[in-house]
Amino acid sequence: MIAIIDYEGGNLTSVLRAVQHLGFEGEITRDPDAIDRAERLIFPGVGAAGASMDVLNRTNLTDLVKEQVVIQKKPFLAICIGIQILFDHSEEDDADCLGLLSGQVKRFPSSELKIPQIGWNQVYQVRPHPVFQGVPDGSDFYFVNSYYSIPDDSSVVIGETDYGIRFTSAVAKDNLIATQFHLEKSGPVGLRMLKNFCEWSI
Amino acid sequence: MLTKRIIPCLDVRAGKVTKGVEFKNNIDIGDPVAMAKKYYEDGAEEIVFYDITASSDERDIMIDVVSRTAKEIFIPYSVGGGLRTFDDLRRVLLAGAEKVSVNSSAVLNPDIIAEGAKAFGSQCVVLSMDVKQVNPTENIPSGYEIYINGGRKAMGIDAIEWAKRGEELGAGELVVNSIDADGTQDGFELNLTRRMAESVGVPVIASGGGGAPEHLYDVFTEGKADAAIVASMIHFGAYTIAEIKHYLHERGVPVRKTFSS
Repeated sequence: MIAIIDYEGGNLTSVLRAVQHLGFEGEITRDPDAIDRAERLIFPGVGAAGASMDVLNRTNLTDLVKEQVVIQKKPFLAICIGIQILFDHSEEDDADCLGLLSGQVKRFPSSELKIPQIGWNQVYQVRPHPVFQGVPDGSDFYFVNSYYSIPDDSSVVIGETDYGIRFTSAVAKDNLIATQFHLEKSGPVGLRMLKNFCEWSI
Repeated sequence: MLTKRIIPCLDVRAGKVTKGVEFKNNIDIGDPVAMAKKYYEDGAEEIVFYDITASSDERDIMIDVVSRTAKEIFIPYSVGGGLRTFDDLRRVLLAGAEKVSVNSSAVLNPDIIAEGAKAFGSQCVVLSMDVKQVNPTENIPSGYEIYINGGRKAMGIDAIEWAKRGEELGAGELVVNSIDADGTQDGFELNLTRRMAESVGVPVIASGGGGAPEHLYDVFTEGKADAAIVASMIHFGAYTIAEIKHYLHERGVPVRKTFSS
């Protein structure tokens, strides 16, 4: 079973529907036993860094998530706000985050481009990874974001995207994968990446 | 680079897609979930369902449509029409829609924009507006006036001012529907669309008048739109979304590449 971790992070239903459409069993949950039983975890979300961290701390999910990722080493996929709160700190709400990856999250610099970025943009695969299997380089994915991640260790970056600047749009390290774009809303290429994650053996 | 979005609009009444001309004379043309799926497979970037039903029973039918759609398509889709209260917005989002769009209800009660944005995030709240060209006056300096109730009632509000206000209140995108162009298939209202796009910092979605691929080219270039809504030109088989995107791509407009699954 794949646990979709419920931290009040927006449209969880669409992630569940996508997982089910691909033929996998999923469950939206914040129950520690259910999360512990799951083979793999998805950490989705839409929202703000501060509010998301507040919910994780209030519901005691912070330590549980870290334990599942670091000690149990389960395959873990973070999406959208999920990628941002994996890092040490976000400029949004001046929030201290999970620190599973070292680095910062910053707002897009002011320019004539609209913030948030809303729409389909290209993801360039800067490092090979099993999650990209069958996904053409430069495929378009659906983004909604005002902030972006800046990892300290550039070797974790697997995908990059241009929006005024070139920014990190996908990272991977050991059992962890994270994307700024919404796999569940990115049509066939998004579903393919989600399927690759669901079948990924580390 | 962000690509331009093509967004089919499905007007839904009592669980069936209908299409009217100049907001009148509606005829039934199909099942909303099946049509959404077809457009998804053909390369649409997003789908809009516009609920034109009146009764609350029929509104429950719409929630069922939204929830069935969540199992079939994996791109964003939004629902508009008749959403008046915070609870209306919440029900639609929980059923699986990515975004809600408010129109007349927001003109009458602008707080609904702020409440929705605060609870669900600006990216969920689309402000849709029906606009008609009028003689410029002191109250309506742009010469574009806001109408409500399906284009029947003039509100004496300047459309450009209303767009800016909507953005301040937290709307994440604007749909600008020209009543003059709607249903004509003679092309989008380019001047209105460009003025909106130059007045706000959120994406502008052009609506009303799209009848041929060159109309989309015009609205994405001269009109400066981020996205455009299409209806009749694809519903009755004159063009496919794939054909429209191919036309735009050939002329240098950035569009999403679609691959078969």
